Amino acid sequence: MKLRTLAVAALSALVLALPATMAEAKKVKGEVTNFDFSFQGLTGTYDRNQLQRGLQVYHEACASCHGLQYVAFRTLSDRNGPELPEDQMRAFAAMYEVWDPELRDWRTAEGPDHFPESQFEGAPDLSLMTKARAGFSGPYGLGINQLMKGIGGPEYVASFLLGYTGEEDFQAGSMFYYNKAYGDWVSMAPVLFDDMVFYEDGTPATKEQMALDVAAFLTWTAEPKLVERKHAGFVGVIFLSVLSVLLYLTNKQLWAPIKKAAKKD
Amino acid sequence: MAGIPHDHYEPKTNAEKYIHRRLPIVGLIYDTIMIPTPKNLNWMWIWGIVLMFCLILQIVTGIVLAMHYTPHVDFAFASVEHIMRNVNGGHMLRYLHQNGAMLFFLAVYLHMFRGMYYGSYKTPREITWIIGMLIYLLMMATAFMGYVLPWGQMSFWGATVITGLFGAIPGIGEMLQTWLLGGPAVDNAALNRFFSLHYLLPFVILGLVIVHVWAFHTTGNNNPTGVEVRRGSKEEAAKDTLPFWPYFVIKDLFALVVILALFWALVGFMPNFLGHTDNYIEANPLVTPPEIVPEWYFLPFYAILRAFTSDVWIVIAVNWLSFGIIDATFFGVLAMFGAIFVWALLPWLDTSSVRSGRYRPMFKWWFWLFIINFVVLTWAGAMPAEGIYTNIALIGTTYWFAYFLVIMPLLGVLEKPLPEPDSIEQDFKESLKSDEPKGPKGPSAEPIPAE
Repeated sequence: MKLRTLAVAALSALVLALPATMAEAKKVKGEVTNFDFSFQGLTGTYDRNQLQRGLQVYHEACASCHGLQYVAFRTLSDRNGPELPEDQMRAFAAMYEVWDPELRDWRTAEGPDHFPESQFEGAPDLSLMTKARAGFSGPYGLGINQLMKGIGGPEYVASFLLGYTGEEDFQAGSMFYYNKAYGDWVSMAPVLFDDMVFYEDGTPATKEQMALDVAAFLTWTAEPKLVERKHAGFVGVIFLSVLSVLLYLTNKQLWAPIKKAAKKD
Repeated sequence: MAGIPHDHYEPKTNAEKYIHRRLPIVGLIYDTIMIPTPKNLNWMWIWGIVLMFCLILQIVTGIVLAMHYTPHVDFAFASVEHIMRNVNGGHMLRYLHQNGAMLFFLAVYLHMFRGMYYGSYKTPREITWIIGMLIYLLMMATAFMGYVLPWGQMSFWGATVITGLFGAIPGIGEMLQTWLLGGPAVDNAALNRFFSLHYLLPFVILGLVIVHVWAFHTTGNNNPTGVEVRRGSKEEAAKDTLPFWPYFVIKDLFALVVILALFWALVGFMPNFLGHTDNYIEANPLVTPPEIVPEWYFLPFYAILRAFTSDVWIVIAVNWLSFGIIDATFFGVLAMFGAIFVWALLPWLDTSSVRSGRYRPMFKWWFWLFIINFVVLTWAGAMPAEGIYTNIALIGTTYWFAYFLVIMPLLGVLEKPLPEPDSIEQDFKESLKSDEPKGPKGPSAEPIPAE
């Protein structure tokens, strides 16, 4: 009886929570490929080499227009991130100029400084891009695909970079390019071409490889504590599960004499 | 305190007597913790503890978050990112607070549905119900203002849409909206006062929670049978009840920990699943997002709000009768607040003398239809306000009002309730019999008395 009520309670909780996912079920009109990333799944972590490659792609292909205003250079050395050695991180930062309000002048960036903001209004900041975009929706907006595949931000970014069909359109003085991941014309030109960067670790710099690397790097910029969070998730769930078993047994023992007495008469 | 006779605190040592004569606080705590509680409470009676936990979780995480948050339009979004990146454990605090609000609402809905099914609002517990509804209203206000604080796109546009509802009130609307926002539009003044109120209201809720608990400790808990605890003597009452500590504390803790394990998995592995991606874009008054959707727990009311377009006959009729003062938007606003208002009036709209839905054969169907309707409205609220979706929302809204204003008053007259058990003790024993693992399934082998 009690188990049945518990089951009913659990089911009603589920039914009540299900439409919750619908709120998120945005109508994604483009085609987003479900790429695999190392940080997906319950135990997935960032691949340090991939983040470093992604940083390189960002630096060479994206940074001329897009900023990363919430990301500090020093975090490039953080654990569970690109883990650049300190000296390399400082050398990397030194390639950027930042505005110093005290000097009232531009100066060379150092570790505590943030990446610059975007260079012009049309180019959004990329710090949070993989959390600000959804990749998948479900049948009738039920959010089921998102439950299975995740929100799909990194997949969207990679699909976007690979989504140019080559169609171009000149309208009102500017060029537009068709992107099938966006499902419409965009003002950003395709930026990735095979072998446009040279990877130190010997990975062939194919278009797809670069798209995946930069998408992984941008996932790290959006969620730098992903590994720590999943770790906390595991510790918490295991602790609470053990505690629930102990409490279950305590409860059973506590009520046993009461139930026994009630059954007797 | 409670009307149910039970043992009260007696100070024994001299120190206890000394304190008790000056401040009977130990006695107050003792009587609160040892309150006689019906033996037969089922697993739907655990949500109160879950809610208490949620309130404390939100206050504790919220106070720490407030130490690092900056309520200013230029810095709010960045300060949230600062919390997510630089504050020790900040990402967990923030995700716990964000998802904690959702657990809070999930628990409050299940708590309210439990009250509706088992008739917990019926005399003499009307005040408990009304205070509960006030808490729920304050929760909605607090959650709404809290959602504005990260200053993302959905924060800004949600605030614009919802405060715009006040603007729909004829005559004073615009003035009222300007007064609420501290300016002509959602801006720094609004953000600042929302932060101030978001910090204040949880403590008001805490105060009301104490009154809520006080109220049902005075009347005693309801229980799945709806039959009152026998109060003839202490011995009689003891047959129906057990002290809250330890029997229900341990039971509730077990349930809480199971729910927390699931909640922790959500926070640890998919903290953004129930949020909206657009809120990771900083607020921009010049760019309207393609869709403005509130958090899931507001969706049923959002559906009701948007159900009334100007082509619905009742809107046309009311518009004509009110000489155009009540237009479609204002009608929607009235419907939305009305939906909550009729919910609060439930103790007086339900005419049945039987409390528990268990013994109300017709009520059961209408109740479950209400739950299904609630889920459908939630879904309709997430869909764009066009075509078939507004029709579905309109049907759902009609049922919502019909449930409270027509079905509840009529059922009490039309329905023939089933016999209730004589006592809680009897129900408790019977529930244990059905738990028995042995014995053949199907009709009981025991002789069934004719009467």
